[in-house]
Amino acid sequence: MKMPLSALIGIVATSAFVLAAIFAQWIAPYPIDAAAGKVWEAPSEQFWLGTDTIGRDILSRLIYGGQITIFVALASSLLSFSLGAFFGFMAAVRGGWVDLFLSRLVDLMMAVPALIVALVVLSVLPLNLLVLILLMGILDSTRVFRLSRAVATDITVMDYVEAARLRGERQGWIIFREILPNALSPLVAEFGLRFIFAVLFISTLSFLGLGIQPPLSDWGGMVRENKDGLVYGKAAAMMPAAAIAVLAISVNLVADWVLSRTASLKGGRGG
Amino acid sequence: MSTELNQILAQAAKGKMNRRDFVGRAGALGVSAALAGAVLTNPARAAEPVRGGVLRAGVAGGQSTDSLDPALAASDSPFMINSTWGETLVDVELNGTLGMRVAEEISSSADATQWMFKIRQGVEYHNGATLTAQDVVATLRRHTDDASQSGAQGIVKGITDMKAAGDMVTLTLNAGNADLPFLMADYHLMIQPGGGVDNPQAGIGSGAYKIVSNEPGVRAAFEKHANYWDANRGFADQVEILSINDNTARTAALQAGQIHLMASVDPKIAELLAGNADVVIERSSGPGHYVFIMQCTQKPFDNNDLRMALKLAVNRQELVDKILGGMGSRGNDFPINAAYPLFDDSIAQREYDAAAAAEFYQKSGHDGSPLLLQVAPGAFPGAVEAAQLFQASANAAGIPLQVKLEPDDGYWSNVWNVAPFCASYWGGRPVQDQMYSTAYLSTADWNDTKFIDPHFDDLMIRARGELDQVKRKAMYSEMAHILRDTGGLICPMFNDWVEGRRAEVGGWIPNPAGSLMNGKALSMCWLNA
Amino acid sequence: MHPILKLVVQRVALGLLLLLAVSFVLFLGVEMLPGDTAQAILGQRATPVALANLREALGLNEPALTRYLKWLFHALQGDLGVALTNGKDIAQAIGQRFGNTLFLATSAGVIAVPLAIMLGLIAARYNGRWPDKLISGVTLATISLPEFVAAYFMIFLLTQVVPLFQPVAMVFPGMSFWQKLHAVALPVIVLVMVVLAHMMRMTRAAILNVMQSAYIETAELKGLTPMQVIWRHALPNAVAPIISVVVINLAYLVVGVVVVEVVFSYNALGQYLVDHVAKRDLPVVQAVGILFAAVYIGLNILADVIGIVANPRLRHPK
Repeated sequence: MKMPLSALIGIVATSAFVLAAIFAQWIAPYPIDAAAGKVWEAPSEQFWLGTDTIGRDILSRLIYGGQITIFVALASSLLSFSLGAFFGFMAAVRGGWVDLFLSRLVDLMMAVPALIVALVVLSVLPLNLLVLILLMGILDSTRVFRLSRAVATDITVMDYVEAARLRGERQGWIIFREILPNALSPLVAEFGLRFIFAVLFISTLSFLGLGIQPPLSDWGGMVRENKDGLVYGKAAAMMPAAAIAVLAISVNLVADWVLSRTASLKGGRGG
Repeated sequence: MSTELNQILAQAAKGKMNRRDFVGRAGALGVSAALAGAVLTNPARAAEPVRGGVLRAGVAGGQSTDSLDPALAASDSPFMINSTWGETLVDVELNGTLGMRVAEEISSSADATQWMFKIRQGVEYHNGATLTAQDVVATLRRHTDDASQSGAQGIVKGITDMKAAGDMVTLTLNAGNADLPFLMADYHLMIQPGGGVDNPQAGIGSGAYKIVSNEPGVRAAFEKHANYWDANRGFADQVEILSINDNTARTAALQAGQIHLMASVDPKIAELLAGNADVVIERSSGPGHYVFIMQCTQKPFDNNDLRMALKLAVNRQELVDKILGGMGSRGNDFPINAAYPLFDDSIAQREYDAAAAAEFYQKSGHDGSPLLLQVAPGAFPGAVEAAQLFQASANAAGIPLQVKLEPDDGYWSNVWNVAPFCASYWGGRPVQDQMYSTAYLSTADWNDTKFIDPHFDDLMIRARGELDQVKRKAMYSEMAHILRDTGGLICPMFNDWVEGRRAEVGGWIPNPAGSLMNGKALSMCWLNA
Repeated sequence: MHPILKLVVQRVALGLLLLLAVSFVLFLGVEMLPGDTAQAILGQRATPVALANLREALGLNEPALTRYLKWLFHALQGDLGVALTNGKDIAQAIGQRFGNTLFLATSAGVIAVPLAIMLGLIAARYNGRWPDKLISGVTLATISLPEFVAAYFMIFLLTQVVPLFQPVAMVFPGMSFWQKLHAVALPVIVLVMVVLAHMMRMTRAAILNVMQSAYIETAELKGLTPMQVIWRHALPNAVAPIISVVVINLAYLVVGVVVVEVVFSYNALGQYLVDHVAKRDLPVVQAVGILFAAVYIGLNILADVIGIVANPRLRHPK
């Protein structure tokens, strides 16, 4: 099957971001903490994307910031995804007390304001990347849980799942062989968005002083650092915002492509 | 009239002495401050005030937890609201001079241990009652006695006795204090009916405007107090204080005309904002400063060589340029600048010197482990960026400074005054004695640098009662040197007040003692039609 | 009893238990946070004596659990008490601010939900062609902007360039409905931008998922137009995941919009909660937290019920 242009663009852009992040140390023109220029300089030959609120090169900070942004967002959305989908399917398949317990536990987690949870966790536990990823992943998994459960509940009453049950298949088999393939489209669509939400969530935490430690900064945090120049058309805040948008769109282009592929795998007419 | 007083008056007339020096000295001579004030009347107003209209101010720092009790005021928004409905005995005015409000005259005993305040007659509260000397004493007592819950409790510890007789209030101190009247200008000490003991949050005072509605952290609406005593204040019919915490939204509201006065303009955008023809940027340099504090009692900052190394490793000019957008001045590692009377401007400015810093660092014998500077975005505007600039300039000198980001939430209770090295700010005080006794006396509650030096303490107490201004200035100069060379304070910059107003607002007089004309902008400005 | 009614009753009863659990978790959380109310109120200026006096006056010297149980006892009788920080009546303050929260959430939801579903249906109808790509691209761009960037952009565009609206959106009692609507225009636009993409993309994905099924092919063979097929046959079968995401977003509009509230100085519950968390004002945190929790739980029950009603197989379990 030929890859559509949009998917190609998505894959190329996403890989470019990832590669830039991996090789940040070699390609960034300036060190991450060097205040080499004046405040909020416009893009020039010296500073390709201009300088930030204290005169650091935006391009270099974007490249370094990409490392942390992509890594944390990817790790936490993968975590939230696997946790949420697994327990969501389990609740749907097992039903009864398991469903009741898991669903109400998730209700409880969703019902307590995330701000309070984040403040408590991060003031009690040491502030490092692992804790940050776990916190974001677990908080977010509640949303994925509800969606997966809703999707899977519809599927569990389908004839082919009934048939599998009657055949005496194990629940793990049912989850992975019957439910997962049939629930994949909404979940893949959700994954693309969860990834964006994770990128934005890191910046919220940075703002509370709970996120990434300086001089490193995630992209959302960079937008925040320079936000006061936004209304006056300073490039400094728009560059990281644009980086987030481009990353978001390319990741979702890839997700859309995967979505159409999975649809065709099921023998539909998508491909 | 004594010859000495005549001499003082002559000097004052020639403009050789500012009003504060004058009031202090004249007061010390037992002369009433009202008389002193009369000699130095401000020049007549340039423009004729316009009455009527609704004047709106947008301020930052308002929260839905704010209270109208002046004792609990701790941020800009309650300060502004309380200053609009309430009045203190005296005001700090332009150039740090003292203005008479509820007090009409001040006089003191020759050794400045006893101070007499004559209370203005016929001042009416918003509830119709008349303000009395008893109210004044009850107010001071509520804020200062042992059961007080007030933020002002630490201010006037030395008062041993308060008495009200007729229209006179007499305060007796345990030791002479030539600056006492300035302490009475503190924004917590709004005079309330019965001292506010029964209902501290009533918001009833004797100010130019009375509260009509108050939704904490959102808006306070006022209308003119019809029987207000001073015809030179309170021009608008109604005033409003809107709590707009977001910088960009506050700026946009000023540009759109939704507010007429705006507190705290981000210095970085001040220049951009000034391009708007409808907006005027007002700037005044005051005593407020942004600092990094090292606790002198905690390792490794108990080593003065290490402290010196860090003091030399901060690039002050860069901080003033980049954090304050040039709207401020360099600090010199003591908390006093030209905004204070008796400031010694001959003290050499400390510069960034990587080589000297490296030398001191070697001398300190520090083991090379990271020196953690704890900072939160709310420590002061631009604190995290300032800390990163400090880190870069210190690292360039071979000092392993490392920034640790802390949450805003709980910063003032968990980090400040607890951690050995962190960022903070001081708003400054009207006089040197108050600044030093608040935060640098060994026994001060807010001695956040844990600076302990008996000689320094002794100098401070003596300076407080010293009536010879030349000797007093010399003492303050010595104290500044001690703090600069051995203290735990790194004071890289003094920040200017940067505020905005619509072009149609008249009556603005810069006052560096506090934000928006020291809280009086709504009472003193008017709207030109 | 009808099985669905039974389910609702059961879930509401469980919900009430959950609320109790939430209140206990909130209590533990606030207690675990460093610092206390007295310190938070007096801030940098507090002397130890003044702090002690204020603690005494606020009753903070009692054991934490005692304070919690006392609060619970009164709350169960409908008395939420007064805020520790400024003595204001909590029920009254919440009543007013919750009204504002609902006003904003409703205004945004009424626009965003139908719009998102419409766009999702159109995108699914023209799957892979330009309308689909245009809709996806634009909504993705709006969602990937941090909320405050979208907010500043709108402030710049609609108060400075084209002065249609006002940057400060606070509403007061006494304003007419239209005045209020005018005041909240900017936050509503921003919130619609923020929630649109999520619901639209889920609608599209869920519809496409269902479109593979045999009965859709049957419907197409019957000669129905693509839009009729989607509307009559695909949508009802894709309702569960769509509703699930719509509910998450509605809940977000009620409890999660504090950033937008701050930027536009909108006086609703989010900011009220954040202020009181910062001041460790437990009675207020409890009251607002439980209200938010009730909204979540209520909406989730609603989503589950709609999911069941929409799916015939779930409606009549074997």
